[in-house]
Amino acid sequence: MNESANDAVLDVRGLSKSFGGVDAVVDVSFTLQRGELLALIGPNGAGKTTCFNMLMGQLKPSAGKVYLNGENITGMAPRRIWRKGVGRTFQITGTYSSMTVVENIQMALLSHHRKIYSMMGVAHRQYRDEAMQLLQLVGMQDQSERPCAILAYGDLKRLEIAIALSHEPTLLLMDEPTAGMAPQERIALMQLTADIVSEKNLSVLFTEHDMDVVFAHAHRVMVLNRGQLIANASVEEVRNDPQVQEVYLGGGTLFKEQGASHA
Amino acid sequence: MGLIVAQILTGLANAAALFLVASGLSLIFGVTRIVNFAHGSFYMLGAFIGYSLMQVLPGAIGFWSSVLLAGLLVGVIGVIVELCVLRPVYKAPELFQLVATFGVILVIQDLALMIWGAEDVLGPRAPGLKGIVRIMGEPVPKYDLALIAITPFVLFGLWYLISRTRVGILVRAATQDREMVGALGVNQAWLFTGVFFLGAALAGLGGAVQLPKGGADLLMDFNILAAIFVVVVIGGMGSLPGAYIAAVLISVLNVFGVAYLPQSTLVLMFVVMAVVLTIRPYGLLGREEVVGEHGQVGEPEQPIKPAGVKARIAVALLLLVLALLPLFGSKFATILATDIIIFCLFAASLHFLIGLGGLVSFGHAAFFGGGAYAAALLVSYVNAPMELAFLLAPLCAGMAAVIIGWLCIRLTGVYFAMLTLALAQLLWSLVFQWDEFTGGDDGMVDIWPAEWLSSTTAYFYFTMIVGIGGILFLRHVAHSPFGYALRASRDSARQAEATGINTKRVQWMAFSFAGAMAGVAGALFVFSKGSVFPVELEIARSFDGLIVVFLGGVKTLAGGVVGAAFLELVKDYLTRLEYWRLALGILIIIVVILAPNGIVGSIRKLAQRSGLVKNHYE
Repeated sequence: MNESANDAVLDVRGLSKSFGGVDAVVDVSFTLQRGELLALIGPNGAGKTTCFNMLMGQLKPSAGKVYLNGENITGMAPRRIWRKGVGRTFQITGTYSSMTVVENIQMALLSHHRKIYSMMGVAHRQYRDEAMQLLQLVGMQDQSERPCAILAYGDLKRLEIAIALSHEPTLLLMDEPTAGMAPQERIALMQLTADIVSEKNLSVLFTEHDMDVVFAHAHRVMVLNRGQLIANASVEEVRNDPQVQEVYLGGGTLFKEQGASHA
Repeated sequence: MGLIVAQILTGLANAAALFLVASGLSLIFGVTRIVNFAHGSFYMLGAFIGYSLMQVLPGAIGFWSSVLLAGLLVGVIGVIVELCVLRPVYKAPELFQLVATFGVILVIQDLALMIWGAEDVLGPRAPGLKGIVRIMGEPVPKYDLALIAITPFVLFGLWYLISRTRVGILVRAATQDREMVGALGVNQAWLFTGVFFLGAALAGLGGAVQLPKGGADLLMDFNILAAIFVVVVIGGMGSLPGAYIAAVLISVLNVFGVAYLPQSTLVLMFVVMAVVLTIRPYGLLGREEVVGEHGQVGEPEQPIKPAGVKARIAVALLLLVLALLPLFGSKFATILATDIIIFCLFAASLHFLIGLGGLVSFGHAAFFGGGAYAAALLVSYVNAPMELAFLLAPLCAGMAAVIIGWLCIRLTGVYFAMLTLALAQLLWSLVFQWDEFTGGDDGMVDIWPAEWLSSTTAYFYFTMIVGIGGILFLRHVAHSPFGYALRASRDSARQAEATGINTKRVQWMAFSFAGAMAGVAGALFVFSKGSVFPVELEIARSFDGLIVVFLGGVKTLAGGVVGAAFLELVKDYLTRLEYWRLALGILIIIVVILAPNGIVGSIRKLAQRSGLVKNHYE
């Protein structure tokens, strides 16, 4: 295979990470196509977040390569990967608590337009319209002037999505976008994401615990267990994969029941 | 060979008191997260109280029970301080408590002056340990050997207390996560009080036990303060064995320094600290401090907005009144106003770092004094005209900040603070000891402004334009994209890095910028006084800046300026009193307790409560 044999947005090959003898991620390879919504699932401690942190540059892989649109981005600093058109949201939200909601997005826009070292002008007034449009996209325009510190958790998650979209990325990485949200909120948030993805022709890789969310929205599902990919297939195939069922439910039958709700 | 052994023994003996005091500081910081500036004062009190007790209690038993009693009494004083001064302000923003402990320093200084007088006190020799022993032909005081023998037992005792008893488990748990300890039903308040007792008692013991070697005087509180911070930081915050190793390292090196390289004594420990922190950013045995690990204390900061029309008019009116001052005020008032504006600019530049960047620098005076000295050197040596020197001074201060910032910015929290302190001390000792170039202790004189600024009034207007212009510029930068990037880097470095912001570079630039602005203040200062002395680079000057930033309100944009103006005015009035430190200390403590959000923050709160200003948090 050449450096970039396929036209995948993201091409991951043999990615591994060990922390002092513990193999957190072992030889993970997959590709992500344009416009695809790919879910990465797996039990707690399977290595999902470690995977994410390696893709986005927060962690250096022990082995393996990551190609973004054919370019090797392995071990690049997060801010450089971001500049190449990758947005990410965090499992535990990270927002600027001393700023208003809209200013949080303006900050990302300022960075995108390479204005962060500028001492000219008033930041509060710059790229305001763009920021408001992004807020509208996630349905938060009414809250634009609220201090970020008092937002509800679900709103913080939505704000993070707006921040992640601010530089018009081609790839969005979302680490447990619906964790800690009420069931209704989850559906709404993922519906929102799916709409944005199809509207902007984005590619998305996301991790998720809620199978309803995964099965309702993902185009393809990968299952990670103890650091290894044990499945990478369509929703239907993964749902019926006995190994996946074993990992998730210890061989129970709940998995097969359509629309079963989970705690 | 014998001499070297004797010197090592002297170093080990000196380490005893240093370790005792530093371990107390380390314990208090570890559990309560309070940077206790007053720890040196506890040490001083231990020495004085021990001295007084030794006058009454006779013999060897009297001596040693005096030492223990001194420790006990200082422990009780520590409890009183904790209960009356610190407990009301635990909910205040992080590091705010250091202002309160600074007030305590002032109060204790004047109380000690009242009780024991200004004369240095010679410590009594320890009964039974008065002579010397010859080791390899060299004389070693018996008392030194006793100290060397005692210290490991103290270390072991403390170690046992911390790692083997139930109290110790609580202390360690609280060091790691005090919210969790509280949630598990431990009364945090009393745990804090207990730790304060222990920490203060250790400082008192240290003060009393060094009496036969060093005596007691009114300067010993500040003299040991820097040393114990250095020891705690080199050893690693919260590590007792680390503190012991660092105390021994510093003391032994110091003895050799005195013997072979006397010029080095002022900086030696700071050089060691700078080296250790460069190699091991969390000290020898310290543990990495995860940013935000201990959670945000107090309310989140409110978003900032450029001032509204009303506020602008108010400021303009205030400036107008100020501009008329030379017309109706006395010459003295004009000079005072000049001083205040200069100090306000210095404070505003530090506030920019702390308030917006979360970068608590303990060495900001390096750039204030650096700017002043740069101007003075240019005038003295190259006969630079005042205008040129005035332009170059901030550049020099900015360059110093670029270098110091580059070294410090990798560190975070209290380690960052201590490295800035160490490097500022380096600069200070360079100026202090390089007699032939900087004039050393005698300072540099005859640095007067150009002809057109020679009158008090002219210089006042010059200061007003440059100083207030600088303050307004700092304020503008806070609202600029750069100011936002700085706050973003503080609020969530992870998110900032993930959205293309090089947080360390932003912080480094902010550090350099603030240094240059402090340099402007320094240049204004040197030409207003006509002279500059090493004191402008000293720790005390850095602390002045810190105090006013927190006193004014670190989470408000105007905090630094308001705090500086308040303190300068109050100082000007209070220093006329005999016991002005006592008065100022009590005043600071009262302000701290009444206004735990700083002066500006608390006024804003009041205004919001009464409905005058809109509150974002309702």
